Amino acid sequence: MSRTTLTLGPLLYNWPAADWRDFYARIADEAPVDTVCIGEVVCSKRQPFYADVIPETIERLERAGKTVILSTLALPTLDRELKYCGSLAREASQMIEVNDISTIPALAKRPHAIGPLINVYNEAAAAFLIAGGAARIALPPELPLKSISAIVAAARNAVIEVWAFGRIPLAISARCYHARLHGRTKDSCQFVCEQDLDGLDVETLDGERFLAVNGVQTLSYSYCNLIFEARQLESLGVSALRLSPHTCDMVAVSQIFRDVLDGIREPSHAMRAMRTICSDAAFSNGFVHGTNGALYVLE
Amino acid sequence: MKTETRRPLELVCPAGTPSALRAAIEAGADAVYCGFRDETNARNFPGLNFSREEMKSSIGYAHSHGAKVLIAVNTFARAGDLTPWLSAIDDAATLGADAVILADMGLMSYAAKNHPGLRLHVSVQAAAASSDSINFYVEAFGVKRVVLPRVLSVPEIAAVTRNASCETETFAFGGLCVMTEGRCSLSSYATGQSPNMNGVCSPASHVSYRQEDGVMVARLGDFTINRSSADQPVGYPTLCKGRFKTGVGEGHIFEEPVSLDVRQLLPALQNAGVTAIKIEGRQRSRAYIKAVVHAFREALDALADKRSVPISSLAPITEGQSVTGGAYVKTWR
Repeated sequence: MSRTTLTLGPLLYNWPAADWRDFYARIADEAPVDTVCIGEVVCSKRQPFYADVIPETIERLERAGKTVILSTLALPTLDRELKYCGSLAREASQMIEVNDISTIPALAKRPHAIGPLINVYNEAAAAFLIAGGAARIALPPELPLKSISAIVAAARNAVIEVWAFGRIPLAISARCYHARLHGRTKDSCQFVCEQDLDGLDVETLDGERFLAVNGVQTLSYSYCNLIFEARQLESLGVSALRLSPHTCDMVAVSQIFRDVLDGIREPSHAMRAMRTICSDAAFSNGFVHGTNGALYVLE
Repeated sequence: MKTETRRPLELVCPAGTPSALRAAIEAGADAVYCGFRDETNARNFPGLNFSREEMKSSIGYAHSHGAKVLIAVNTFARAGDLTPWLSAIDDAATLGADAVILADMGLMSYAAKNHPGLRLHVSVQAAAASSDSINFYVEAFGVKRVVLPRVLSVPEIAAVTRNASCETETFAFGGLCVMTEGRCSLSSYATGQSPNMNGVCSPASHVSYRQEDGVMVARLGDFTINRSSADQPVGYPTLCKGRFKTGVGEGHIFEEPVSLDVRQLLPALQNAGVTAIKIEGRQRSRAYIKAVVHAFREALDALADKRSVPISSLAPITEGQSVTGGAYVKTWR
């Protein structure tokens, strides 16, 4: 049986360039992840701030033996955004992760990765994309185990990846909610999303912790945590688990996932460690269990 | 400047039942879209939609009145259980539908292969927001029309349409998704039921209301979506139209409970090269359909005759009793 690998997903939040660079430097040096996705997925306006440190980051990660994948925008609509995604897809020497259909034609069927924001809900969609050059498919986070299992069974010739840690991307919009909350619009945002390094918490009027806002993106308040399901996913044939970066210790998080997959740490022990590392986070696993994504289902 | 004669905009109207379909056609719909009575369509609500028999007679009625029927098979098929979706496509072809509206690449692939004569429209749920995406669907599956997501401004719609190698259709009236359609799991996060997988958003089965010291609390699953005092209207708790709290402020942080109405923008949409405009609301009553379709028929006829577009009030029957131009107007963002 093939060994399930770990993928560090793209950093979805607006971090200062120095923090961005330091984060990936530490990942390169210390995190037991096999694949690292980097690049701006949420808002093209953020990219200029860290564009300069991307090349050295790629180099450092590759030197450390990581496979680097370049993630692309989830909702490119402006001309310059579409052109940028297209030229990256045509010219990059790293594999591209597609997060919007518009980026696919520029790949001209070269091997690529399909990101979790592309709707692959079944084996027929997976087969179509694989025939078009998809070598990796990160499944939408709302898929239940039954669907994951049916897709994995039918798509043996691609790496199938499951969202396993971090706030769950739930929606993308043309409207920037960070800007709206600050009484601004997307065009006049003044980059207020930089104040919330893990997204801005959203509660209900009754104080229930519910969602998180990250610019044009809406995520779950809870952090998906599939540490208890990791071995089951491996036995189903899921070939990679995706860990989404947060300000908590991602080296420790990835080490815990690696240890559980390698059978050297029990999931219950791992869960206790995760609670210490992400002391502020609420965990959820409802989606893979086919129920409300917000729930944590005890097996 | 180049002047060209634009074809009149095609008016595409919703029908949740055979009687709504007839009402829409009587009121002046050029085409009606509807779905089978199961989870293959994105308005999978109790008491709605068409049996195979009803679809057959409705298509007969439409065709005898010069109207088209577009069948929406616009949820994403369940892995390991594709049959309901594949038979919906097969039956749409057999029953003589004028097009099927699809969102799932797997289903588009199936339809293109197995029913080469069947006209394919890309659902708004497929979120084809740029001409690159549209042309991808045209090239891969030979689609003839794309329904644009409600994330574009009018100049962007014009640019996308100019560069698209098929027809475009835009939403003109009704409920407004503030999130990109087909790319939203908010409902399933709170209820386990999603538009993509189950054809429902914020389903009634998970809605509850509770009185609390004179305040009406509207909940969806385990979450409060709104609290209204006695003097405020109690709206349906659609998740993205709720009121929430953050460290920065509270209120309708995503969108107010408003409806889309683009009648003011019809000349601009026609100049943008759009082929068809779509009215949302397969879950709406026959009376609602009749009123809205009639108002749009009047508006389109005036546009065709180069008269000014009459804007009769539809506000009383809309969600939140107020309207917006949505993303068509750029400051909405």
